[in-house]
Amino acid sequence: MSRFFNVARGVAWRSIHNTVVNPAILVPSIVFPLFFLIAFAGGLSRISDVPNFNYPPGYTAFQFVFVFLQSAAFGGVFTGFAIARDFDSGFARRLLLSAPRRSGIIAGYAIGALLRWMLTGTVVTIAALIAGMNVNGSGIQLFGLIGLGVAMNLAAALWACGVAMFLRTEQAGALIQMPVFVLLFLAPVYVPLSLLTGWIHAVANLNPVTPVLEAGRGLLAGSPVKVAIAFAGLAGAAMLLTAFARRGLASAEKAG
Amino acid sequence: MAVETAIDLPRAGHPSRSAGLVEQTLAVGRRSVVRVFRQRALMIFPMIFPLILFAINGSALSPATRIPGFPTDNYRDFLLAMPFIQGAMFVSITAGVDLARDIESGFLNRLAMTPLRGEAMLLGQLGGALLLGAVQAIVYLLVGVATGVSFASGVGGAVVLLVLSIVISFAFASLGGLLALRFGTGEAVQGIFPLLFVTLFLSSSSLPRNLIKATWFRDIATYNPVSYLIEALRSLVITGWDVQALALGFGFASLLLVISLGLSQSAMRSRLART
Repeated sequence: MSRFFNVARGVAWRSIHNTVVNPAILVPSIVFPLFFLIAFAGGLSRISDVPNFNYPPGYTAFQFVFVFLQSAAFGGVFTGFAIARDFDSGFARRLLLSAPRRSGIIAGYAIGALLRWMLTGTVVTIAALIAGMNVNGSGIQLFGLIGLGVAMNLAAALWACGVAMFLRTEQAGALIQMPVFVLLFLAPVYVPLSLLTGWIHAVANLNPVTPVLEAGRGLLAGSPVKVAIAFAGLAGAAMLLTAFARRGLASAEKAG
Repeated sequence: MAVETAIDLPRAGHPSRSAGLVEQTLAVGRRSVVRVFRQRALMIFPMIFPLILFAINGSALSPATRIPGFPTDNYRDFLLAMPFIQGAMFVSITAGVDLARDIESGFLNRLAMTPLRGEAMLLGQLGGALLLGAVQAIVYLLVGVATGVSFASGVGGAVVLLVLSIVISFAFASLGGLLALRFGTGEAVQGIFPLLFVTLFLSSSSLPRNLIKATWFRDIATYNPVSYLIEALRSLVITGWDVQALALGFGFASLLLVISLGLSQSAMRSRLART
């Protein structure tokens, strides 16, 4: 087991080190969520005047939860890009040769994704608070919101890891990113689910991201809804995606 | 995927100076067009992505039409301008990355050894991106019409929308070319791409400026020229013939085009300096 942790620690350290010392990697992962927050919370705040829009903490808080969870998911996605880059550069093959417990590689990348998101999530939260976001939830409820972000980050990192290890090329970037992007934007991003109409309402209703988003917004507002469903969904996704990532690793091992 | 294509240089002769320029531009342009269309896989994402956002946001933001004073009751009418601008921004990257690849591979240096003129090289290089912009614009227009968008300015308005959209694409392609010539690497061009998207986020792309609640955001959108490009395209769909909006849209697009081409020309001269 110690060999597993040694590998995981080494990969995680390298992942976060590469992120922090390379502005080309670090800056976009921080700047993009900030711009989403500015564009959505600032540019679309009038949406809260739509009849029957009711979210007591206000539109900035409403959008903050989406951007917070989106940054968590994209923390995982960006890690997938790094894994693909490692395969393109040949580093990942050397890593596979040298690691005594290869499953530690997946754990290491996942921990790296989490550390990376902690940085982004903190910046986004500070920006939202500076912008005057109201927080009605209690300490425990906010802890629950962070827990949702952690689970979202883990699920996205495992997905990205699996795809990157199956395809082993940077050209996998679009395939890693697009499903996550589309799933996130097919949730009730701009207005509550009840205000959506037509096909987007039907799709959002079935979208597994919707209960996560609603739970996050409920926790921030101090009136939790669907929290158990959200955590159960994310736990189930994480289990499935762990199996997927392990198969990706096996495929990479087989490819040599 | 690297794609190498040859240039069929014009036959030797003594045509007039302007005729020579046209021939040379067409020769380089042909190579640029062939290269873009040989990389069909790379064309799909830039074309599809704005359509995905159009489909999702067109429905997800439709409750915005219930805000008092919203100019139309169909949010897709309002949003149709967005894919055109997004597509134009993707065109700028295609143009920039292709030109940067020619710089990195030394192709531009080899061209510098020929009698080819700098203006022809620049305009020709942007030819592929321009054609891509035109194809994208037609696709976006057809998708818009298929999803029920109606033009307040009629068929003539749709034609003007296409023309303006192509001018905007050419302006952004020139900007991409300028970035490539200045920085010389595709990575640098792609690194600057997010900044273009920021200008789109900070514009009147999702709500009319008079309905933006946050004063600071409204001020930024007012000073952001991208707002006027969007509003000109949008005016043809939801207002009709709004001369002021069209003048501002064509004006800003032309300004961007002239400045980018002028600076690109100067940067191209530096790149092709024969030592």
